[in-house]
Amino acid sequence: MDKFRMIFQFFQSNQESFMNGICGIMALASTQMYSAFDFNCPCLPQYNLAYGLGILLVPPFILFLLGFVLNNNISMLAEEWRRPRGRRGKDPAVLRYMFCSMAQRAMIAPVVWLSVTLLDGKCITCAFCTSVPVETLGNASHPRLSQGEVQRLLARIPCKEIYNGQQLIANEVAVRYLRCISQALGWCFVLLMTTLAFLVRSLRPCFSQAAFLKSRYWSHYIDIERKLFDETCAEHARSFAKVCIQQFFEGMSTDLVAAHCHLPRKAPADAGEAAEKLLGITDQGTMNMALKSWHRCKPPLHLHPPAQPTGNGWAGEGQPSTHPSASRKETAAYYSWV
Amino acid sequence: MDRFRMIFQYFQSNSESVMNGICGLLALASVKMYTSLDFSCPCLPQYNMAYGLGIMFVPPIILFLCGLILNRQSLVMLEEWRRPPGHRKKDQAVIRYMCSSIMQRAMVAPVVWIIVTLLDGKCLICAFSGSLDPQKFVGFANVSTEQVQQLLAKVPCKDDELMRNNTSRKAVSRYLRCWSQALGWSILLILIIAAFLARWLRPCFSQATLLQARHWSNYIDIEQKIFEDTCCEHSRLFAHKCILHFFESMQQEIKLHSFSLPREGEGAEGGEGLLQGITDHDQVNKLLKTWYYEKPPLDVSQAHQRHPLVRERSPLPRAENARSHSKFPQHTSV
Repeated sequence: MDKFRMIFQFFQSNQESFMNGICGIMALASTQMYSAFDFNCPCLPQYNLAYGLGILLVPPFILFLLGFVLNNNISMLAEEWRRPRGRRGKDPAVLRYMFCSMAQRAMIAPVVWLSVTLLDGKCITCAFCTSVPVETLGNASHPRLSQGEVQRLLARIPCKEIYNGQQLIANEVAVRYLRCISQALGWCFVLLMTTLAFLVRSLRPCFSQAAFLKSRYWSHYIDIERKLFDETCAEHARSFAKVCIQQFFEGMSTDLVAAHCHLPRKAPADAGEAAEKLLGITDQGTMNMALKSWHRCKPPLHLHPPAQPTGNGWAGEGQPSTHPSASRKETAAYYSWV
Repeated sequence: MDRFRMIFQYFQSNSESVMNGICGLLALASVKMYTSLDFSCPCLPQYNMAYGLGIMFVPPIILFLCGLILNRQSLVMLEEWRRPPGHRKKDQAVIRYMCSSIMQRAMVAPVVWIIVTLLDGKCLICAFSGSLDPQKFVGFANVSTEQVQQLLAKVPCKDDELMRNNTSRKAVSRYLRCWSQALGWSILLILIIAAFLARWLRPCFSQATLLQARHWSNYIDIEQKIFEDTCCEHSRLFAHKCILHFFESMQQEIKLHSFSLPREGEGAEGGEGLLQGITDHDQVNKLLKTWYYEKPPLDVSQAHQRHPLVRERSPLPRAENARSHSKFPQHTSV
């Protein structure tokens, strides 16, 4: 559990680590998706190529875009790109860094899908079975068939149970041939990607390392600044809500006192804190009125300064003139319900 | 347990995370539901399409409604939409923002269901096997029209005696499944492109308004929660006072009617203070009976504090108490 917590905290520590985590999860998800997907070659001459190449290329594109969509930095990048200059200059190097780092992470899941697909071999077998060199691999002594017939026969290679061209070319021979090519392609692809990644990582410090460090720092800064701003706004909203609700209840109880001509609460000393917490609402009718008023007449988003808690006794120092009339309206509402 | 608590805390950190968590859970639930569903095509010409399309479209509607129901924000949004303006103006941008975020989250699980259905292919094979052109498939080309409809309708049922080991059935099945998967991947591609464009292009249009709408929608949510917490706190104190008064009044009644000796001075605070003067079997029974038959009024104001049960029997001058008072019938005997 401790190990898990450490890993969790490590990934949470900044957005980049978090994105690395998401990236890893997506890579695993892409292998899982491939194994769960029921590959179903149509075994028809016109459809095989489209289906095979479609399964080879469309899901990686989807995974690539998904990598961008799931990355919170994309809206940060767009925001930073489109914001008015204001009093803070914009650094295109930072934008370029953010985009590159997002693109690199988004590339991992598609590369995994492509590798897995090529190494498995079903897609290439389905797509290119009609292009198998029959002359070299097949039975040369077989009577000549029309081109269309040959195509139809070859298209059924991936579907062993309906394959009926055993005399032309053995199913196992063709499948082995195609799978061998597919796996060779797959391994070359993996080698190429790994070499590319290695070159990028090892050669980057040779080119403008100082500028790179600067861009990385400021891109982290923008990320952290945005998170802190959101947290501060949330904190502020919480405090605002608390004070607003408190003032709502205080305003209500003050208006009640004024409306029903109660004697001011002679709270005996022992009632103290509890009476205060009851906010002046001590019976069912008043509580019902408070709840109804909360729905029908929410308080304005304007907090009074704490010095004057009374509901309608505004001294009016610098207060907008609408407030006394607002409180009077509240009183009138209560009268009509009694 | 610790791991769950951490994941739970992460998702609880703000209400948007909670909604994302619920949305993800619903998506997983929809995949699980599909895999555990025992799909059984009727293999009859008139029913295939209804069954196939029904399985494809009815559960997404259910999942969509579940997504709306489970999302707390939808109630908050409805309340904000329907409330009278009162002292606080209504901001349409906030309501629109809340509505769109609720809809987006609710749409994830239905879309996952539809895509999984299409990628699996069984629904489409069931629904559209009867609509194919039989001339394309060798086994069905030379069969009479009525027969061919029956045969095509049986294609989804592998174990039917007519269809077992029928290569044309497999051809039809493959053909339809291929189309179904192509449709599924295309829909997924279109949706992802739309999501990508939406995320990329949104900051280009009225970003400031968006930030404001997001802030105030978060505020409304927080305010509602704090109001509920305040009301809970209030009702707890209210109940506490109400019950204390009740016990005190019972104590008074017992003193009046049974002439029991009053408590012996100061030494009796500790345990006996909690007993509220009710110290034997009959008194407790009487108290419980009174609590059930004659609950005290919902009024803990100072004027009621001394003898609430006694005062109940006498009419009260104040109008506001008349409403609460009328709910409790007059009792002449306890």
